[in-house]
Amino acid sequence: MKSAVIVFPGSNCDRDLAVALEEVTGRKPAMVWHRESELPDGVEFIGVPGGFSYGDYLRSGAMAARSPVMQAVRDAASRGVPVIGICNGFQVLTEAGMLPGALMRNAGLSFICRPVPLRVENSQSLFTAQYDSGEEIVFPVAHHDGNYQADETTLDRLEGEGRVAFRYIEPCNGSARNIAGILNDAGNVLGLMPHPERVIEPAHGGTDGRRLFEGLLETVNA
Amino acid sequence: MKARVFITLKNGVLDPQGKAIQHALDGLGFKGVKDVRAGKLIELDLADGTSNSDIEEMCRKLLANTVIENFRIERLENA
Repeated sequence: MKSAVIVFPGSNCDRDLAVALEEVTGRKPAMVWHRESELPDGVEFIGVPGGFSYGDYLRSGAMAARSPVMQAVRDAASRGVPVIGICNGFQVLTEAGMLPGALMRNAGLSFICRPVPLRVENSQSLFTAQYDSGEEIVFPVAHHDGNYQADETTLDRLEGEGRVAFRYIEPCNGSARNIAGILNDAGNVLGLMPHPERVIEPAHGGTDGRRLFEGLLETVNA
Repeated sequence: MKARVFITLKNGVLDPQGKAIQHALDGLGFKGVKDVRAGKLIELDLADGTSNSDIEEMCRKLLANTVIENFRIERLENA
Protein backbone atom coordinates (compact mmCIF):
# COMPACT_ATOMS: atom_id res chain seq x y z
CA MET A 1 0.00 0.00 0.00
CA LYS A 2 1.42 3.33 -1.08
CA SER A 3 0.72 5.79 1.70
CA ALA A 4 1.44 9.43 2.46
CA VAL A 5 1.68 11.27 5.77
CA ILE A 6 1.06 15.02 5.68
CA VAL A 7 3.48 17.11 7.75
CA PHE A 8 2.62 20.58 9.03
CA PRO A 9 4.82 22.88 11.09
CA GLY A 10 4.05 21.65 14.60
CA SER A 11 3.01 18.10 13.68
CA ASN A 12 4.55 15.74 16.23
CA CYS A 13 2.91 12.36 15.60
CA ASP A 14 3.94 12.22 11.93
CA ARG A 15 6.84 9.94 12.78
CA ASP A 16 4.68 7.67 14.98
CA LEU A 17 2.23 7.29 12.12
CA ALA A 18 5.01 6.66 9.60
CA VAL A 19 6.54 3.95 11.81
CA ALA A 20 3.14 2.29 12.30
CA LEU A 21 2.44 2.35 8.55
CA GLU A 22 5.83 0.95 7.66
CA GLU A 23 5.47 -1.76 10.30
CA VAL A 24 2.06 -2.86 9.01
CA THR A 25 2.44 -2.29 5.25
CA GLY A 26 6.14 -3.04 4.87
CA ARG A 27 6.55 0.18 2.96
CA LYS A 28 7.73 3.60 4.11
CA PRO A 29 5.09 6.28 3.57
CA ALA A 30 5.93 9.43 1.65
CA MET A 31 6.20 12.37 4.04
CA VAL A 32 4.46 15.28 2.32
CA TRP A 33 5.16 18.84 3.47
CA HIS A 34 2.11 21.07 3.79
CA ARG A 35 3.32 23.51 1.10
CA GLU A 36 3.13 20.84 -1.60
CA SER A 37 0.17 21.12 -3.91
CA GLU A 38 0.30 17.53 -5.13
CA LEU A 39 0.45 14.12 -3.53
CA PRO A 40 2.69 11.33 -4.85
CA ASP A 41 1.21 9.53 -7.86
CA GLY A 42 -0.88 6.50 -7.06
CA VAL A 43 -1.20 7.22 -3.35
CA GLU A 44 -3.61 4.71 -1.80
CA PHE A 45 -3.88 6.04 1.73
CA ILE A 46 -3.37 9.44 3.37
CA GLY A 47 -2.70 10.09 7.05
CA VAL A 48 -3.15 13.49 8.67
CA PRO A 49 -1.17 13.14 11.91
CA GLY A 50 -1.47 14.45 15.44
CA GLY A 51 0.42 17.36 16.90
CA PHE A 52 -0.03 21.07 17.31
CA SER A 53 0.04 22.40 13.76
CA TYR A 54 0.76 26.15 13.78
CA GLY A 55 0.81 26.04 17.57
CA ASP A 56 -3.00 25.69 17.58
CA TYR A 57 -3.16 29.39 16.61
CA LEU A 58 -6.65 30.78 16.00
CA ARG A 59 -8.30 27.35 16.50
CA SER A 60 -6.76 23.88 16.56
CA GLY A 61 -6.29 22.76 12.97
CA ALA A 62 -7.57 26.02 11.48
CA MET A 63 -4.38 27.14 9.75
CA ALA A 64 -3.35 23.66 8.61
CA ALA A 65 -6.78 23.12 7.06
CA ARG A 66 -6.04 26.04 4.70
CA SER A 67 -2.59 24.76 3.67
CA PRO A 68 -1.97 24.18 -0.06
CA VAL A 69 -1.70 20.40 0.40
CA MET A 70 -5.21 20.14 1.80
CA GLN A 71 -6.79 20.79 -1.59
CA ALA A 72 -4.92 17.73 -2.89
CA VAL A 73 -6.09 15.72 0.14
CA ARG A 74 -9.67 16.85 -0.47
CA ASP A 75 -9.45 15.88 -4.16
CA ALA A 76 -7.99 12.47 -3.31
CA ALA A 77 -10.73 11.85 -0.73
CA SER A 78 -13.39 12.71 -3.27
CA ARG A 79 -11.86 10.08 -5.59
CA GLY A 80 -12.32 7.56 -2.76
CA VAL A 81 -8.77 7.42 -1.37
CA PRO A 82 -8.99 6.53 2.34
CA VAL A 83 -7.94 9.37 4.64
CA ILE A 84 -7.43 9.15 8.40
CA GLY A 85 -7.08 12.20 10.65
CA ILE A 86 -5.77 11.41 14.11
CA CYS A 87 -6.02 13.91 16.98
CA ASN A 88 -4.84 17.21 15.43
CA GLY A 89 -5.52 15.50 12.10
CA PHE A 90 -9.18 15.10 13.11
CA GLN A 91 -9.27 18.81 14.00
CA VAL A 92 -7.74 19.64 10.61
CA LEU A 93 -10.33 17.53 8.73
CA THR A 94 -13.25 19.19 10.54
CA GLU A 95 -11.75 22.64 9.93
CA ALA A 96 -11.30 21.71 6.26
CA GLY A 97 -14.99 20.80 6.06
CA MET A 98 -14.18 17.16 5.21
CA LEU A 99 -15.93 15.97 8.37
CA PRO A 100 -18.89 17.63 10.14
CA GLY A 101 -18.80 19.29 13.56
CA ALA A 102 -15.98 20.87 15.52
CA LEU A 103 -13.52 19.96 18.26
CA MET A 104 -13.60 22.32 21.20
CA ARG A 105 -11.65 22.76 24.42
CA ASN A 106 -12.06 19.72 26.73
CA ALA A 107 -15.00 20.24 29.06
CA GLY A 108 -12.76 19.96 32.14
CA LEU A 109 -10.21 22.36 30.55
CA SER A 110 -7.35 19.92 31.30
CA PHE A 111 -5.05 18.35 28.76
CA ILE A 112 -5.93 14.64 28.90
CA CYS A 113 -3.17 12.11 28.31
CA ARG A 114 -3.99 8.48 29.15
CA PRO A 115 -5.20 5.20 27.68
CA VAL A 116 -8.99 5.23 27.28
CA PRO A 117 -11.42 2.39 26.64
CA LEU A 118 -13.42 2.78 23.43
CA ARG A 119 -16.26 0.86 21.84
CA VAL A 120 -16.14 0.05 18.14
CA GLU A 121 -19.58 1.18 17.00
CA ASN A 122 -19.27 0.37 13.33
CA SER A 123 -17.19 -2.61 12.26
CA GLN A 124 -18.20 -2.35 8.60
CA SER A 125 -16.00 0.57 7.59
CA LEU A 126 -12.74 0.52 5.64
CA PHE A 127 -10.94 1.26 8.89
CA THR A 128 -12.75 -1.01 11.34
CA ALA A 129 -13.36 -4.21 9.36
CA GLN A 130 -11.01 -6.22 11.59
CA TYR A 131 -12.84 -5.28 14.78
CA ASP A 132 -16.10 -6.74 16.05
CA SER A 133 -19.08 -4.47 16.37
CA GLY A 134 -19.42 -3.46 20.03
CA GLU A 135 -15.88 -4.63 20.80
CA GLU A 136 -14.06 -2.77 23.57
CA ILE A 137 -10.53 -1.64 22.78
CA VAL A 138 -8.01 0.73 24.35
CA PHE A 139 -6.26 3.56 22.51
CA PRO A 140 -4.33 6.38 24.20
CA VAL A 141 -5.57 9.96 23.98
CA ALA A 142 -3.40 13.08 24.32
CA HIS A 143 -5.32 16.26 23.62
CA HIS A 144 -6.61 19.57 24.91
CA ASP A 145 -9.27 20.16 22.27
CA GLY A 146 -11.07 16.86 21.81
CA ASN A 147 -14.56 17.87 22.81
CA TYR A 148 -16.58 16.90 19.73
CA GLN A 149 -19.61 19.10 19.12
CA ALA A 150 -22.17 19.29 16.34
CA ASP A 151 -25.82 20.31 16.19
CA GLU A 152 -28.44 17.71 17.14
CA THR A 153 -29.51 17.14 13.53
CA THR A 154 -25.92 16.34 12.53
CA LEU A 155 -25.44 14.06 15.55
CA ASP A 156 -28.68 12.19 14.77
CA ARG A 157 -27.60 11.79 11.16
CA LEU A 158 -24.16 10.48 12.16
CA GLU A 159 -25.76 7.95 14.50
CA GLY A 160 -28.48 6.97 12.02
CA GLU A 161 -26.01 6.42 9.18
CA GLY A 162 -23.58 4.38 11.28
CA ARG A 163 -20.93 7.08 10.99
CA VAL A 164 -19.93 7.03 14.66
CA ALA A 165 -16.94 4.70 14.34
CA PHE A 166 -15.65 4.85 17.93
CA ARG A 167 -17.22 5.99 21.18
CA TYR A 168 -15.66 6.60 24.60
CA ILE A 169 -17.06 4.08 27.06
CA GLU A 170 -16.75 6.61 29.90
CA PRO A 171 -17.11 10.37 29.38
CA CYS A 172 -13.63 11.64 28.47
CA ASN A 173 -13.60 15.24 27.30
CA GLY A 174 -17.21 16.39 27.13
CA SER A 175 -17.81 15.17 23.58
CA ALA A 176 -21.42 15.07 22.49
CA ARG A 177 -22.73 11.52 22.89
CA ASN A 178 -19.20 10.44 23.87
CA ILE A 179 -18.16 10.44 20.23
CA ALA A 180 -14.46 9.62 19.74
CA GLY A 181 -14.33 9.11 15.97
CA ILE A 182 -16.56 9.67 12.95
CA LEU A 183 -16.72 8.80 9.25
CA ASN A 184 -17.66 11.02 6.32
CA ASP A 185 -20.76 10.19 4.32
CA ALA A 186 -18.83 8.15 1.74
CA GLY A 187 -17.10 6.20 4.54
CA ASN A 188 -13.55 6.76 3.28
CA VAL A 189 -12.56 9.56 5.68
CA LEU A 190 -12.16 8.78 9.39
CA GLY A 191 -11.34 11.33 12.08
CA LEU A 192 -10.66 10.29 15.66
CA MET A 193 -9.05 11.85 18.71
CA PRO A 194 -7.46 8.67 20.18
CA HIS A 195 -4.17 7.42 18.72
CA PRO A 196 -4.29 3.97 17.06
CA GLU A 197 -0.71 4.45 15.78
CA ARG A 198 0.55 4.44 19.37
CA VAL A 199 -0.69 0.89 20.09
CA ILE A 200 0.88 -1.18 17.33
CA GLU A 201 3.26 -3.54 19.13
CA PRO A 202 3.38 -5.11 22.61
CA ALA A 203 6.17 -2.76 23.73
CA HIS A 204 3.67 0.11 23.34
CA GLY A 205 1.57 -1.42 26.10
CA GLY A 206 -1.12 -2.60 23.70
CA THR A 207 -1.75 -3.63 20.11
CA ASP A 208 -5.38 -2.65 19.60
CA GLY A 209 -4.46 -0.06 16.96
CA ARG A 210 -2.72 -2.51 14.69
CA ARG A 211 -5.92 -4.00 13.27
CA LEU A 212 -7.05 -0.60 12.04
CA PHE A 213 -4.06 -0.39 9.71
CA GLU A 214 -4.15 -4.11 8.86
CA GLY A 215 -7.82 -3.87 7.90
CA LEU A 216 -7.12 -0.88 5.73
CA LEU A 217 -4.22 -2.67 4.04
CA GLU A 218 -6.42 -5.67 3.32
CA THR A 219 -9.15 -3.50 1.82
CA VAL A 220 -6.73 -1.52 -0.33
CA ASN A 221 -5.01 -4.69 -1.57
CA ALA A 222 -8.29 -6.50 -2.22
CA MET B 1 -8.64 51.70 7.48
CA LYS B 2 -8.96 49.26 10.32
CA ALA B 3 -11.62 46.77 11.15
CA ARG B 4 -12.34 44.77 14.23
CA VAL B 5 -13.81 41.31 14.04
CA PHE B 6 -15.54 40.02 17.16
CA ILE B 7 -15.85 36.25 17.29
CA THR B 8 -18.22 34.68 19.76
CA LEU B 9 -19.48 31.18 20.39
CA LYS B 10 -22.98 30.52 19.15
CA ASN B 11 -25.74 30.32 21.72
CA GLY B 12 -26.05 26.85 23.11
CA VAL B 13 -22.42 25.94 22.43
CA LEU B 14 -20.78 25.00 25.72
CA ASP B 15 -17.94 27.36 26.62
CA PRO B 16 -15.67 25.60 29.15
CA GLN B 17 -13.33 28.60 29.22
CA GLY B 18 -16.18 30.97 30.07
CA LYS B 19 -17.31 28.60 32.82
CA ALA B 20 -13.79 28.54 34.31
CA ILE B 21 -13.65 32.35 34.27
CA GLN B 22 -17.02 32.49 35.96
CA HIS B 23 -15.84 30.13 38.71
CA ALA B 24 -12.63 32.12 39.17
CA LEU B 25 -14.59 35.37 39.51
CA ASP B 26 -16.81 33.70 42.06
CA GLY B 27 -13.71 32.54 43.93
CA LEU B 28 -12.46 36.14 44.03
CA GLY B 29 -15.66 37.15 45.75
CA PHE B 30 -17.49 38.64 42.75
CA LYS B 31 -20.93 37.26 43.43
CA GLY B 32 -23.81 37.43 41.02
CA VAL B 33 -21.87 36.71 37.80
CA LYS B 34 -24.58 34.67 36.11
CA ASP B 35 -22.68 33.55 33.03
CA VAL B 36 -19.42 34.24 31.16
CA ARG B 37 -18.79 33.67 27.46
CA ALA B 38 -15.25 34.17 26.14
CA GLY B 39 -14.57 35.17 22.55
CA LYS B 40 -11.89 36.69 20.37
CA LEU B 41 -11.17 40.13 19.00
CA ILE B 42 -9.14 40.30 15.80
CA GLU B 43 -7.92 43.69 14.54
CA LEU B 44 -7.26 44.02 10.82
CA ASP B 45 -5.30 46.82 9.20
CA LEU B 46 -6.72 46.96 5.68
CA ALA B 47 -6.25 48.81 2.42
CA ASP B 48 -8.69 51.69 2.16
CA GLY B 49 -11.84 50.69 0.37
CA THR B 50 -11.81 47.04 1.47
CA SER B 51 -15.44 46.07 1.22
CA ASN B 52 -17.58 44.55 3.92
CA SER B 53 -18.11 41.53 1.75
CA ASP B 54 -14.33 41.01 1.56
CA ILE B 55 -14.11 41.10 5.35
CA GLU B 56 -17.09 38.77 5.65
CA GLU B 57 -15.37 36.35 3.31
CA MET B 58 -12.23 36.45 5.48
CA CYS B 59 -14.41 35.59 8.46
CA ARG B 60 -16.17 32.72 6.74
CA LYS B 61 -13.03 31.27 5.18
CA LEU B 62 -10.69 31.51 8.15
CA LEU B 63 -11.31 33.84 11.07
CA ALA B 64 -14.45 32.15 12.39
CA ASN B 65 -15.55 28.53 12.36
CA THR B 66 -19.21 29.07 11.54
CA VAL B 67 -20.09 25.59 12.83
CA ILE B 68 -19.64 26.91 16.37
CA GLU B 69 -18.93 30.64 16.12
CA ASN B 70 -20.63 33.87 15.07
CA PHE B 71 -18.76 36.95 13.90
CA ARG B 72 -19.47 40.67 13.93
CA ILE B 73 -17.48 43.25 11.96
CA GLU B 74 -16.84 46.80 13.12
CA ARG B 75 -15.25 49.18 10.59
CA LEU B 76 -13.05 52.00 11.89
CA GLU B 77 -12.85 54.23 8.81
CA ASN B 78 -10.56 56.88 10.25
CA ALA B 79 -8.24 54.67 12.21
